[in-house]
Parts: sequence; structure tokens; C-alpha cells
Amino acid sequence: MNQLPGIALQVLQSVLVVLVAPLVMGWVNICRAWLQNRSAPSIWLPYYTLAKLFHKDAVIANTASPLFRLTPYILFGCMWLAAGIVPVLATDVPFAPAADIIALVGVFAVARVFSALAAMDTGTSFGGLGARREMMIGFLAEPAMLMTLFTAAFISGSTQLPTIVETLAHREFAIYPSLAFAAVAFLMVLLAENARIPVDNPATHLELTMIHEAMILEYSARHLALIEWAVAIKLVAYMAIGFALFLPWGIAPAGDWSALPLALAALGAKLALAGTGLALLETLLAKMRIFLVAEFLSTAFLLGVLGMLIHFLVR
Amino acid sequence: MEPLSSPLFASLLAAVSWLVIAALALVPAGNAFFARRLAFPLGALIGLSLASFGLQSIWLHAEQLTLPLGLPDLPFHLRIDPLAGFFLLLLGSVSAGISVYAGGYFRTETAGRLALISLQYHMFLASMAFVILADDAYLFMVAWETMALSSYFLVTTDHERPAIRSAGFLYLLVAHLGAIAILLCFGVMHGGGDYSFDALRGAELTPFWATVAFLLAFFGFGAKAGMIPLHAWLPEAHPAAPSPVSALMSGIMLKTAIYGMVRVIYDLIGGVRWEWGIVVLAIGAGTTLFGVLYALMQHDLKRLLAYHSVENIGIILLGLGMSMVFLGFGHPLAGALGLVAALYHTLNHAVFKALLFLGAGSILHATGLRNLNDMGGLIRTMPKTALYFLIGALAISALPPLNGFVSEWLTFQTALQAPLLEHGVVRSLLPLFAATLALAGALTAMCFVKVYGIAFLGRPREVRHPAHARAEGGGHDAGSMEQYGMAWLAAGCLVLGLFPTSFLLMLNRVGVSLTGQGLSPEALESSWLWLVPTAPERASYSPIIFLLVVLAVVLITIRLVRGFYHGRVRVADPWDCGFPEQTTRMQDTADAFGQPIRHVFGPLYLMKRHLPGPEEANPRYSIKIEDRHWYWLYLPVARLADYASSKVGLLQRGRISIYLLYSFLTLIALLIFVR
Repeated sequence: MNQLPGIALQVLQSVLVVLVAPLVMGWVNICRAWLQNRSAPSIWLPYYTLAKLFHKDAVIANTASPLFRLTPYILFGCMWLAAGIVPVLATDVPFAPAADIIALVGVFAVARVFSALAAMDTGTSFGGLGARREMMIGFLAEPAMLMTLFTAAFISGSTQLPTIVETLAHREFAIYPSLAFAAVAFLMVLLAENARIPVDNPATHLELTMIHEAMILEYSARHLALIEWAVAIKLVAYMAIGFALFLPWGIAPAGDWSALPLALAALGAKLALAGTGLALLETLLAKMRIFLVAEFLSTAFLLGVLGMLIHFLVR
Repeated sequence: MEPLSSPLFASLLAAVSWLVIAALALVPAGNAFFARRLAFPLGALIGLSLASFGLQSIWLHAEQLTLPLGLPDLPFHLRIDPLAGFFLLLLGSVSAGISVYAGGYFRTETAGRLALISLQYHMFLASMAFVILADDAYLFMVAWETMALSSYFLVTTDHERPAIRSAGFLYLLVAHLGAIAILLCFGVMHGGGDYSFDALRGAELTPFWATVAFLLAFFGFGAKAGMIPLHAWLPEAHPAAPSPVSALMSGIMLKTAIYGMVRVIYDLIGGVRWEWGIVVLAIGAGTTLFGVLYALMQHDLKRLLAYHSVENIGIILLGLGMSMVFLGFGHPLAGALGLVAALYHTLNHAVFKALLFLGAGSILHATGLRNLNDMGGLIRTMPKTALYFLIGALAISALPPLNGFVSEWLTFQTALQAPLLEHGVVRSLLPLFAATLALAGALTAMCFVKVYGIAFLGRPREVRHPAHARAEGGGHDAGSMEQYGMAWLAAGCLVLGLFPTSFLLMLNRVGVSLTGQGLSPEALESSWLWLVPTAPERASYSPIIFLLVVLAVVLITIRLVRGFYHGRVRVADPWDCGFPEQTTRMQDTADAFGQPIRHVFGPLYLMKRHLPGPEEANPRYSIKIEDRHWYWLYLPVARLADYASSKVGLLQRGRISIYLLYSFLTLIALLIFVR
């Protein structure tokens, strides 16, 4: 069996996701500016910001250990890996058997644990505060995410994302009520995991409400750039998981190279749509109090569990 | 039978050598050279050889041996089969690391104490080997009691302190409650004939008596394993014991209870019923959540680790329970998968928990601290310990590609077999237990971020603490023996995490020997690179490829960033939002880190909190969190026992004539009944 085209596609796909991720961020910012009646920044602004950060001198706290300097690379690596597992363009991803959806959740957990550790490393008060809140969101969001993924796994009888996509994209058109519940739960988890409104506000350094920003306060220059980039990749990876589970149409089936252009177009359209939706949600909702997040995410968890139970009832 | 090539004979020899070391430690009293320099390394060597005999026997047929010892007509029976071989492997390999560590840790003890510790320590190891090798109820109980007693004396090594004596008493009490249940269980299974396990296996039990035997075995062994509500001794005894002993107890002794459970339920009683599985699952889920939620509230490092042992026993029980449900409904493939997952987690927990306890011991040795709230910044003075502890912390948090993730992944895969079940309610219950596991895994990650972030990262919290004054002026890392011990276990975490397929094949042999059925052929034929629980298109995981890709991606990133951009770095004070007044006491403490948990899960705790009022001149904040089980279970039982003994005490009149009257009445009664 010749794996070479598959591996080429795999590399192409993950590099594409890494390169496109800041563009998606830019698009979300533009949409939000439009919706809020502001004049929009350039869609390329995230790239300029990254370039600027890469060229600055890094400032490292004198209390930091080597873990602090290594963490941005681990974060970036984990997100890049996640972008490689999820079938974004085609289901023919030779790397996918090495890590299924449970391992995918594990990759995000590794990233979260390391960023929380790095936040505590400098021994500042805001670092610990951010780490604590981030881990709280983590333990609430992770089970909800797993329940959503399990619902899809039960429908397709597999925990491999390519198999799930193949099953869900090529079924006869039928509405799965369980998937509807799972989709709502997934959306809530996506908002929480990516530090978006209403759980966290990516645009502010308001000291007492920040979560993600509190963790990365001590980072600067290239380390900060890597983290910001990783955040963008994470958002795209989550959107891609959502597409794979709930909108799998357009993803090229294994070995079908002619479907790639269509897959690329479909991906662009879906990302643009998702970005607009995200901006709309962020405009309509207000950030909630930190302990309301627990209720928000336990609702997501219960919706995930309900979806799974409904699958067993209805089938 | 060739005695020298037989793993059973060799294992027996190894166990006896442990006893010999135990005895030798006492002989050269006064000159503790043997106990100080030789006893523990020799014990580690024996552990290694025992592990190799265990490994060998997994691939062989079962062997039996009868020793001409014991009571008349009740000789000792020994047997080794794949299940026993697997647990010998666990005992030998994990104890090897702990023994090397103990060789360094106990070096500073006085000669007399050292000799005693060495005696009890090796006696403890030998008794665990005999528990695993025993093939009759009599030898099993003798070994089980020796294990309980030797570990009791080890727990109370520092018996000068009253708190440690009472912790030891509680341990002994619960151990004996469990032992009584196990003894009764053997009595229930006894169907005429003798008490050898062969006879117990052959006994025909009605479903009712089989269930009684199951319940007795489950609660008897569960008391030793630390499942709720019989866990209360664990968070008391583990912090009381010296660290290598905590590692032995938490890493290995709890596992002998799992061994006993599997041996009695799968092997001796046999004919597993799905209702039993539900009981195990319910208790397992409760134990898992309770353990991790209470662990998050602790600031004593060893107590925190003890609560995590409770949690991990719960995870093992979840795997076992799922396996029993599938077996009971007649799905041997999924049943074998659950058993494999549970046993894999048993081995994993032994390795990483022993490592973590040893790390806690090194911190205690180097700084004299066990309260997390006083620690901070230890990564600077103890970089090696910090590295090993990080590996253990990531492993217990079930993060890929380390070993904790593999067994939790296998447990999830077992739960995902739920659509096989015909029973609708059970089918939808199983994923809920998987949800419990997911929640517990994420909470564990939070707890170990707390432990690692507070102990090793940041800055020392109590600058006035004498230990820190010592540490600041050129503090020291763990000694070399301690480091070798931890390095061995850390390597174990990596090997178990990266090469799961070889261990899967090994555990499959155990599954086949117990249930007659192993994993699916597709799972067994997959190459060493891929871990496949049922079929490749359903699920697979390859930790090696996973690790290589992560490493490659991280290295490429570092290379690109280094290549394209200058590497100029300035070192400055931490910024912290420009906040001017920064003291080390403004960092998060262990208690502060648990605050979101107290908020979200508040009703589950018995919390006594004092918040300072606005007018208090000397404001203090205090919080006390207690275990509810003490109030609804332990204290009422204790009061009942007190009451009953005060009533029995009425019989004691202190006059000889009254006691003679009692004897006379007893004789009369016996004559009536016996005739």
C-alpha cells in the first residue's frame, strides 16, 4: 500500500491549518467590528501582530524555570498535532489511527496542563489565579466534550475521526436527535475551551475577570507570538471537529484527489460561516460571572449525556 | 518437575530469601552494616528476579506445589498461574525501585530502628509474595494477616507520636474487619472437602450463596483496597508511615486486594453475574469521585496522594465492574477487555503512585516540609526530583503518551462497547460511568497542576520557614540511591505508556486463563506499534508515533523560530500587570487552588468555615473539611461498640465464685446442645 500521497496530504493539511488560523481570527475580528458598528481592522492584522512579536526582544521573569520557556513550543506543537488528527480536507489522514478522539481530548489536556503550570511558574498572583480558573473550566469542559464525542462514536461505532466522518457524511439523510443535543453541547464547550465570550473575553486585560490572559501575562515577544498562534490554531481545530461531527459534507473521501478543490471551497465557506456565527454570538452575549461558568458547562455536560441517552432510546 | 526451571519454585525461593534478609537484619546487632548497606539493595535484586519469574509464568501453564508445612492435614499449597505471575511481576518490579530508594532513605536511621525497619519491610514484601502464591484459604489468610501486621508495625515506625499510633490502630481495625469478611467468604464457598483453592473452585454454589460470597469478598478485599465507605484508614495511615512504606502500601499492598478480588470473584466463585458488576460499578464510581474531590481539598502532600489512591482504586473497580457486566451478559470479548483495562491500570497505578510517594519522601527529606502551603520553587534546589515528579504527575493525570492514559483509554473503549448489551437500562448506564471517569481524569489533572505548581514552581511561600533558609543556602536534591529508585519507576511510566501492546498481549493471557476467552484476534494480531482494543477500524492508538510526531513538531518549531528570529532574551522581575507590591505570600496556596472546587461541589463536603468580620482587629480565615463518612458510619459504629462492650462488662464482677458459676452454666448449656 502506498502511503506517500496520504502523507503528503497530511502534511499539506496541517500546514494549511497552521497558516490559515490567524486569517480566521482576523475574519472573526472583522465581523465583530462590523456587527458592533466599528470600522474594521485589516483581515491581515493577526499576521502583522505575530510578525511584530517575533521581532521583539523576549523578556523572561527572573523567577521562571526552564518549563516556562519550553511551554510555548509544547502548546504550539500540541495544537499543530491536533490540526493533523482532525480530517479537515480529506478523510485520508494516515496519522489519524495513531490518535483517536479520546487521544485528541488528551492532546488538548496536555496543552492546558502545561499552560497552567507555566502560569504558576513565575510565582505571581495573577498567574496562579489564571491557572486555577483555567483548570476549573478544563475539568468542566473536558467531560462535556467527551460525552459529545461519545455520542458520535456510538452512532458510527468507532472512535476514529475519519471513520466517524465517513459514516456521518454518507448515511441516508436522517435526522439524529442525539446529534442535535451533542451539537449544542459542543458549541458551549467550544466557547469555553477557546476562552471566548460568554466564558472569557479575549479582548481584555480586565484583571479580575480574565482567565486565559491572566495565564500568559508574563509572556512576551516570540513566546507570546507562539501562544497567540496556538490559540488561533486551537480555534480552527475546534471548528474543524465541529464540521467533522455535525457538517461532514464536502470533506473529500479517502483516495479521491479530484474532490479536493471542492473540499477546499467547502472548508472556506464553513470557516467563514462559523467565524461570522462566533462574532454574532460574541456580540449578542455578555461575559458571565466566573461561577456561572460552572452552570453553563454543566448544562453542556448534561446536554451531552442526554444526547447519548437519546441515541440509545431512539435507535 | 524440574525444580530450578520452574517459576513457582524460583518465586518461592525469592520470597524465602526476603524472609532470610529480614532475619539477617537482626543478627549483627550493634553493627548495622548489613541493614544499612546491603539489605535493601539485595531486596531490590530479589524483587527484580521475582518479577522475571512472574513474567515467565504468564506464558506457561499453571503449576502447583504442596509444602510439608502448616497444620496437620492442612499443608500449604502453592500455585502460580498467569494471574499470580502478573501480580508477582508488579510486586517484584515496583518493589525493586522502592527498595533501592529505601536503601538511601533509611540510611540516616539509628542502628536499632534500622534493623527493625529492615525486618518488617522484608517480612512485608515476603508476605505479599505468599498472598499471591497461596493456593489454599489457610495459607492465604496466614500470609494476609502477616501482611497486615508487618505493615501495621511499619506504619507506626514513629510510634512516639500519638497521632501516628491512632492512625495505626485505625488501619489495623479496618484491616481486620476486611479479614473477617474474607474468612467468612471462604467459609461460604467451602463445599465439603478441604480448603484448597481447587476444592473451592469445584464447589457448587446456589446463586444466592454465590452472591453472598461475592459480597463478602468484595467488601473484605475492598476494605484493604480503600474503596468507600471503608477508605477512612488510608488518608490516616499513608501520611503516618515513612515514605518508602507509603509507596509500598499504596503501590503494591492495595493491589494485593485487587488480586484477591479478581482471584475470588473470577476464579474461585466463577460464573460472574452482571448484577455484581453493577454493584462494583456503583461503588467504583463513588470511590473515584470521592477520592479525587477530597484529594483536591488537601494541603498535606502525602494525604493528598493517599486520597488519589482511593480514586485510582475506584478507576480499577470501574474497569472490573464493566468487565463483570459484559461477562454476565455473555460478551466475553468486551469482558476480557474490561479486565485487561482494570489490570493495566492496577500496574500503572502501582508504578506512578510509588514514584509520587517517593518524590514526596525526597521533598520531606530535603526540606522537612509536607504542607504544600509552605513549599514553592523546589524545581531550583531539586531539579532531578522535580523531573521525576513531573513524569509521575503527568502519568497520573492520564495525559498521553504516558501510562495512565493507556489504561483510562482502554476503560473508555470498554464502556464504548455498551451497544452490545441487550438490557436497555444497563446499556445507557455504562456510558454514564465513563462520564464519571472523564470527570475524575480532568479533576486529577487539576489536582496535580496544583501540587506541581505549588510545590515545585513559583517561589517559596514561607520565607521565614527554617527549611527554606536551609534550601536557599545551597539546598540539596535527593541522594543518589533515592534518585535511582525514582528513575526506575519513571522509566516504568514511560515504558508502560509507550509500548502498551506487549503488555496487552501479556494481560490477554491472564484474561484467557480466568475467563477462557481473550481479546479479539484482530486486537492480538496488530503490530507492536498499534494498540487495538477490538478492531482497527473501531479504535486504535499508537503512543510511539504520537510522541514522535509531537517531538518532531516541537523541534521543527524551535528550529524555525531560532532560525528566522534573533534569540535575544532579557531577564527581569516578573511583570504581573505592573502591580508594584509583590510578595511571595501573594501566590496561590493549595487551599486557594481548591476554591473553585469547594464552590462547585460545596454540598458534597462537610465544611466548617470561619470568615473574618469587617471589625475584627486580628482577622483570621480558617476552613476545616471533614469526611462525612465519619459521622454517618464510623462514629455510630464506634459508639455502638462502646455501648455493647459496656454491657458485656457487666459480666465482669471480679469474684472468682461468679466466674466459676459462668463456667458451670456454660457446661450445662453445652451438655444440653451436644448431648
